[in-house]
Amino acid sequence: MEFISQHPILVAAVVKIAVLLFIVMTALAYLTWLERKAIAHIQSRWGPYNVGAHGLLQPLADGIKFLFKEDVTPPAADKLAYLLAPFLALALGLSAIALIPFGPPSVRFPNGEQIFSVVDINIGLLLLFAITSMGVYGVALAGWSSNSKYPLLGGLRSSAQMISYEVSLTVSVVGVILLAGTLNFNEIIAGNGQPGQFGQTGHWFHFIPRWYIFPQIIGFLCYLTSAIAETNRVPFDLPEAETELVAGFHTEYSSFKFAMFFMAEYANMITVSCLATILFLGGWLSPFPDTGIWHYQIFLPSAGLLALAAYCAWNTVSEMRGIARLQLGVVTLLAGGGGLICLYRPIAEGVQGPFWFTTKILAILFFYIWMRATLPRFRYDQLMSFGWKLVLPVSLANLVITALVIILWPHLRHG
Amino acid sequence: MIAILLFMVCAALAVAGAVTLIWAKEPIHSALALVLVMVALAVLYLLLGAPFIAAVQIIVYAGAIMVLFVFVIMLLNAGVEERTNFSKLAIPGVVLAFVLLLEIAHWMFHSAIGRALANGANAPTTEASTYDLSEMLFKQYLFPFEATSILILIAVLGAWVLARREP
Amino acid sequence: MSAIPISWYLVLSAVLFGLGVVAFVFKRHIITIFMSIELMLNAVNLAFVAFARARGALDGLVFVFFVIVVAAAESAVGLAIVIMLAQNRQSMNVERENLLKL
Repeated sequence: MEFISQHPILVAAVVKIAVLLFIVMTALAYLTWLERKAIAHIQSRWGPYNVGAHGLLQPLADGIKFLFKEDVTPPAADKLAYLLAPFLALALGLSAIALIPFGPPSVRFPNGEQIFSVVDINIGLLLLFAITSMGVYGVALAGWSSNSKYPLLGGLRSSAQMISYEVSLTVSVVGVILLAGTLNFNEIIAGNGQPGQFGQTGHWFHFIPRWYIFPQIIGFLCYLTSAIAETNRVPFDLPEAETELVAGFHTEYSSFKFAMFFMAEYANMITVSCLATILFLGGWLSPFPDTGIWHYQIFLPSAGLLALAAYCAWNTVSEMRGIARLQLGVVTLLAGGGGLICLYRPIAEGVQGPFWFTTKILAILFFYIWMRATLPRFRYDQLMSFGWKLVLPVSLANLVITALVIILWPHLRHG
Repeated sequence: MIAILLFMVCAALAVAGAVTLIWAKEPIHSALALVLVMVALAVLYLLLGAPFIAAVQIIVYAGAIMVLFVFVIMLLNAGVEERTNFSKLAIPGVVLAFVLLLEIAHWMFHSAIGRALANGANAPTTEASTYDLSEMLFKQYLFPFEATSILILIAVLGAWVLARREP
Repeated sequence: MSAIPISWYLVLSAVLFGLGVVAFVFKRHIITIFMSIELMLNAVNLAFVAFARARGALDGLVFVFFVIVVAAAESAVGLAIVIMLAQNRQSMNVERENLLKL
């Protein structure tokens, strides 16, 4: 017991890591569910519907399938690199989530430690880029260690694509850093009033929020393009598409190791969406001003949850049969209970930060899924020339113009 | 307490990585060992209060230079390390290097400057902020900064010229 | 953070540098020799950062920055040369590169 009182920060960090890991793994699983449902509805079909009510137990079924498949190792594979690659990919993808603040730093534990981020580092943005730049190793080692043609080609192409778009990813973000004057996530979102550091709080003309997406729209578009290429998603997923190179660098992996690559890809997607939210979309800030009738915006989470409960209740009564009825009834009760809890004012105010953060992340993830359902893929040489000849010069031009504007008109930075 | 433990772990990892670099037969294993050394050194830079340098070490050294090494090993399908007779000059060289190390250790522990440095006199207690570092980089060391950017341009051009196929 | 004496970092730097020299002298694969050069540069970087902390000056950190950049440039050109060597001689053993020998 004295250990807990002597090292409060360490214990709080361990508890936060455990909770965050649980939430993130569940979110990864249900992100696959969301993707399959969204793509299916865009293609005029239902998607997973039978496994649980509305397919809600499909991720669990997929997880059990992955665990019980036979684990085949190619005979001439390099054992160390073959085993290391999926672990490295998943570990890096998950550890980036530790740096992200999900809510305002003013909400704290009784001993003074902030609740909504595991750590608060002054160079948080740089460390996040460091973690994503190490992610190339998972792909390169997987491709090489499988000792076979298709994974080697897929791994080489995929890692070359990742390091190319990493450059434009980093450059497109520097415009935001110039405007904010700091690398710390909490100060990029909220600022702290010191000269040269201005966050994204407040509104222009009383209704447009001061997010960095508005002055840095070109930077945002370059960032989004580079992020989709960096995470190997459509339209940039030639190295791992099924019709092209069998399955690219993870051809020779089966069962749990393949599941780890799969989870690592979605974890990278979540990390990149979190970064886009923090830098360009105002993080955990609400888009609505805080005056007059907008004071009631703190009841939005409970309104959303109660609406979800109402829809599930109607669906349970009218359409579901058998065990699906029971499952959807449980979902209704949980959503209704959550909605009622959020009506209590202190909890509603505490939940505001994570609520807006999650909404913005879901919007960006939906955009990712929408692109997957809609666009054809780039050929590899088109992809590389697009990255080096279009995206990188445009983000460099954005950087130079932002720097010029800041030098010539310093008052513009203040709003 | 935690700092000493962290230092011991990172130092052990760094030395283990360096020994694996020497001992491994495949160059890919040596490359992975060197990546481990670099990550351990980045944590040591964090302990020494230089977070910006730690981040730059991981982004540039472990995340770009070593990726280039791994690419070249993959592309060339480099074979295993062969065992041949090593040069006769190596043994006296290693002995002399060890003697040099002992001399430096003697200076460090038996002279006034060495002892003051070794005990960490006038060491700062806060970490080096990015702002101060960049101010020094762009004001005092501006000329070397621009010179290294030209150096990078030369390196890119040189690598391109050397590695292209003859038309 | 100043609980660890700087001499420990300098000893570690010397050990890593020594191991880099041993790798440089005794290994035969050209890419491994390149990697031992990088190991030596890293050991020197550690010594620079340790001394920067001991003196309280940031000049050591700026120098580490330049060492990292120059190491990047040097590895790019060096590996291009290695690729050319491998394509011409089909061997990665440095003892086979003996055309200048008498």
